[in-house]
Amino acid sequence: MEFKSITQLKTLLDENKISIKEIAETYIKRINEKKELNIFVYFNEDIIHYQAKEIEKLPNDKTLKGIPIAVKDLFCTKSMPTTAGSKILENFKPTYESFVTQKLINQGSMFVGKTNLDEFAMGSATNTSYFGNTINPLSKNDNPLAPGGSSGGSAAAVAADLCLGATGTDTGGSIRQPASFCGVVGIKPTYGLCSRWGIAAFASSLDQAGIFSKNVKDASILLQEIAGYDQRDSTSSNVQVPSFYKNLNPSLDGKVVGIPKEYTVDGISDEINGVWEEAIKSLEKKGAKIKYVSLPHTKYALPTYYIIAPAEASSNLARYDGVKYGFRASDAKSLDDMYELTRSEGFGKEVKRRILIGTYVLSAGYYDAYYLKAQKVRKLIANDFVETFSDCDLILTPTAPSAAFPLNEKQDDPIKMYLNDVFTVPASLAGIPGISIPYGKDKQGLPLGIQLLSKHYNEQEIFNAAFALEKDYE
Amino acid sequence: MSNLVKGKKYQWETVIGLEIHAQVKSNSKLFSNSSTVFGSKPNSQVSLVDAAMPGMLPVINKYCIEQAVKTGIGLKAKINNYSVFDRKNYFYADLPQGYQISQYKYPIVGEGKVTIDFKDGSSKDIRIVRLHLEQDAGKSLHDQNPTKTYVDLNRSGVALMEIVSEPDIRSADEAGLYISKIRSILMYLDTCDGNMQEGSLRADVNISVRKPGDDYGTRCEIKNLNSIKFIKQAINYEVKRQIETLEEGGVIDQNTLLFNTSNGKTRPMRSKEEAHDYRYFPDPDLLPLEINQKDIDKLKISIPELPDDRKKRYVKDYSLSNYDASVLTADKSVSDYFDTVIKSDKSLQDSSKIVVNWITSELFSLLKDNNIEIYDSPVSPNHLGKLVNLIKANVISGKIAKDVLLEMFNSKEDPEIIIQKKGLKQVTDTSEIEIIVDEVLLNNKKMVEEYLSGKDKLLGFFIGQSMKKSKGKANPKILNDILKNKLSKKN
Amino acid sequence: MKLDTNTINKIAKLARIRLSEEEAKELLKDMNSILDWVEQLNEVNTDAVEPLANISSAILPQRKDEAQDINSTDEILKNSPDKLEGYFAVPKVVE
Repeated sequence: MEFKSITQLKTLLDENKISIKEIAETYIKRINEKKELNIFVYFNEDIIHYQAKEIEKLPNDKTLKGIPIAVKDLFCTKSMPTTAGSKILENFKPTYESFVTQKLINQGSMFVGKTNLDEFAMGSATNTSYFGNTINPLSKNDNPLAPGGSSGGSAAAVAADLCLGATGTDTGGSIRQPASFCGVVGIKPTYGLCSRWGIAAFASSLDQAGIFSKNVKDASILLQEIAGYDQRDSTSSNVQVPSFYKNLNPSLDGKVVGIPKEYTVDGISDEINGVWEEAIKSLEKKGAKIKYVSLPHTKYALPTYYIIAPAEASSNLARYDGVKYGFRASDAKSLDDMYELTRSEGFGKEVKRRILIGTYVLSAGYYDAYYLKAQKVRKLIANDFVETFSDCDLILTPTAPSAAFPLNEKQDDPIKMYLNDVFTVPASLAGIPGISIPYGKDKQGLPLGIQLLSKHYNEQEIFNAAFALEKDYE
Repeated sequence: MSNLVKGKKYQWETVIGLEIHAQVKSNSKLFSNSSTVFGSKPNSQVSLVDAAMPGMLPVINKYCIEQAVKTGIGLKAKINNYSVFDRKNYFYADLPQGYQISQYKYPIVGEGKVTIDFKDGSSKDIRIVRLHLEQDAGKSLHDQNPTKTYVDLNRSGVALMEIVSEPDIRSADEAGLYISKIRSILMYLDTCDGNMQEGSLRADVNISVRKPGDDYGTRCEIKNLNSIKFIKQAINYEVKRQIETLEEGGVIDQNTLLFNTSNGKTRPMRSKEEAHDYRYFPDPDLLPLEINQKDIDKLKISIPELPDDRKKRYVKDYSLSNYDASVLTADKSVSDYFDTVIKSDKSLQDSSKIVVNWITSELFSLLKDNNIEIYDSPVSPNHLGKLVNLIKANVISGKIAKDVLLEMFNSKEDPEIIIQKKGLKQVTDTSEIEIIVDEVLLNNKKMVEEYLSGKDKLLGFFIGQSMKKSKGKANPKILNDILKNKLSKKN
Repeated sequence: MKLDTNTINKIAKLARIRLSEEEAKELLKDMNSILDWVEQLNEVNTDAVEPLANISSAILPQRKDEAQDINSTDEILKNSPDKLEGYFAVPKVVE
């Protein structure tokens, strides 16, 4: 049986055409068949069977009853170990459940496994994981492609039909870019909409949980479930979460969509610009008003991000010291020895690079020149959006500067890799919501994504427009 | 008052600044809801947040903020409407996050001052630079195991107020007075329990010396002193060491020192490593703390009478000396006791000095011998007031009163009842005393003759004998008068 | 060149990450190119700009002062690579 979406599976369940046990068996089989893609860091058939039995007992009105969900291995989970893609968290078994995964459990979802990711979410290709590369399921045999990152495992899991939805986190594009690479829907909501409690931190002022799904409807259902105020996260927003799914409305009449000229970047393929053009035309046809706008500080977003995120990371990752949990190097003669050996053996190259950059930009004598400067530019970038949204409802841009690239490309040059996030990072810095939906394909048949942005807490507007655009390719 | 210290060659001035760490009196920690109770089993009061588990986040304790604001008001300091929590980054075994959440650029409390009082009646202001909130670290135990250090995180995350003074302190004694005064203010405000033994109040002391008029010298910091006695000892040792070093042509290395309480010496910390670079930056897990003026004003109203105000009241209303009043107000519970005694009977207002003496000498020694705190005193303030009134009214002598107090202490009984039961009432009836005196003089004829021939000192003997005969109850003044009178008549 | 080997070793020490000579060399190259690249922020005039530390529009939430002992010692020590007698254990520190 084919499962196309959450809404479809819910109907099958409601009509008793399939049992939860059968769902579990189907997905276990699928995952076993796709092992070579290295999508899961943790997969355990027994735990899935156990969940299926427990879920059977739940009342039928649970929104996600029996829905197979994959969880990025940055979310702490009680039933499965949590690694953050790092050796330093080897064998770490959380005694607690993250806010987001707990909400999914409460609604009856079935976790099929923990997905691979860039180590501590630092990367754009899911190639910095201690557990190896994940391969984009859309790859042709002779040319393995990257799934994007850092939530590459989750995007790939949805694309390969190994689940119907997956959690991700997005710090600078880690949901939207892999969604684009794998041809699925990925939404990063407003900073603070989903609690960060129980998600291993990368950059606290930017980290935000979000969703991968097969279509916009499913994304609206899932985001609805994981959003909400959490008093254990001081940056969590105490706002009423709208019924995204119920309110879904593809009408774009009178909506003003901004097209920022700064997102026309050198070296971007005509195909991407072509898809962007096409989407603009489609929006116009659907009744939206197109407005060409300027976000003048766009080009400074990446360097700003690559100061702020490493700075916060250098401090957030100080807790991985071999004392309380995870890996500890053996044969240390002193405490400092133990720290240094543990951390140099436990962290991979990219993580070390970012920790060192972050340590440097915060150190005495450099703080003002780098960190404080970046915080000020961040303010200007955020202001650009505030001004634009004073007379626009949405902004439309490409999601990524390229389609999925071959594995191991760009590995030698960190800046080249960082440029992957050129279209996604500005929204992260501004804390605004953004979605990537697949919109057309390139010559090789690889999916391309477009990104819709809106102002804080305006996810509904984004869902509505994405829902409308999605129909172009149904 | 000159505070200069004589070296072998020169006179030196000591310059001291203190950083006091006062544990906020609260039920739960600054950023987590685990308990702060002292002396529990290791790692039994540790939440996931305190242990810095992945994905754990801080949420601030409202009460701790209020305690800091109240303390700021007590230090006559500026309360900042806007303050920021920063991360202070460094690695240590008992610092699970790899950083301490503290306040760096924008503390919750700004400049203030504290007045210290000297014996000669003078006083001096010590300026406060700031007060900020921060987390305590856990505890490392180095001597439980030959090859390992043990870490207990029970203290990890407990709220501390760091109170930083200007280098206005000029001697060990001033440092002692300063920390006593801070302790006293904290205890009046009930924002810290002041328990130095349990580490609720400890200090880092910055010390340098200079020739009068010179610029500040290089300073050394003695870490983590937890008694006033040790603070004074450490300062005196360190001052002497610095002067000797300088007079021998040496230089002072800016250093962090530890004080060895068993030999009274300071020594540099062995784990010196590289210079610290704490890389402070605003904690992105927290937002700036904004306190509106209305809330500050509300807290202002809740501030009780503080030692300085109480001291002024005592000087004004009870004519106590500035120093006596400052000693009396130093400990809130003592001062509260005194206040209750005085308020128990209006007439006692004029006898405040006598009340003070009875509290600070007789009652204190009984309490101390029996290891009882004044707030648990078996002698109630009411009863003590009665006792003083009985002395004043010549119902008993001061000497008898001491016995009565002891009895009050043991039985918790009203002094009047004790006096009645034991028949201790002073004899003021002159005829009764005359009989006793006559008897004494009659029994000691030889002595009387000696007295009359010029041995004046024997008067004391007759008084003693007569007092003994009266079982101590004779009014001393009347007895004295009668004796003198009778003896002069024999002449 | 912003960094030299000396600085990178100092930074690595601060971050408690031990680098082999080769690693240090490679990181030096990467970090210098990254730092050169972020230099472009100097083109932006930020004289009158307030730094933005967190985008959240929330007001710092404050919790009640209530102690709840929800985590047991066993739970806290469960994942520790070395625990003894109810403590976390680390190589001996000489103060």
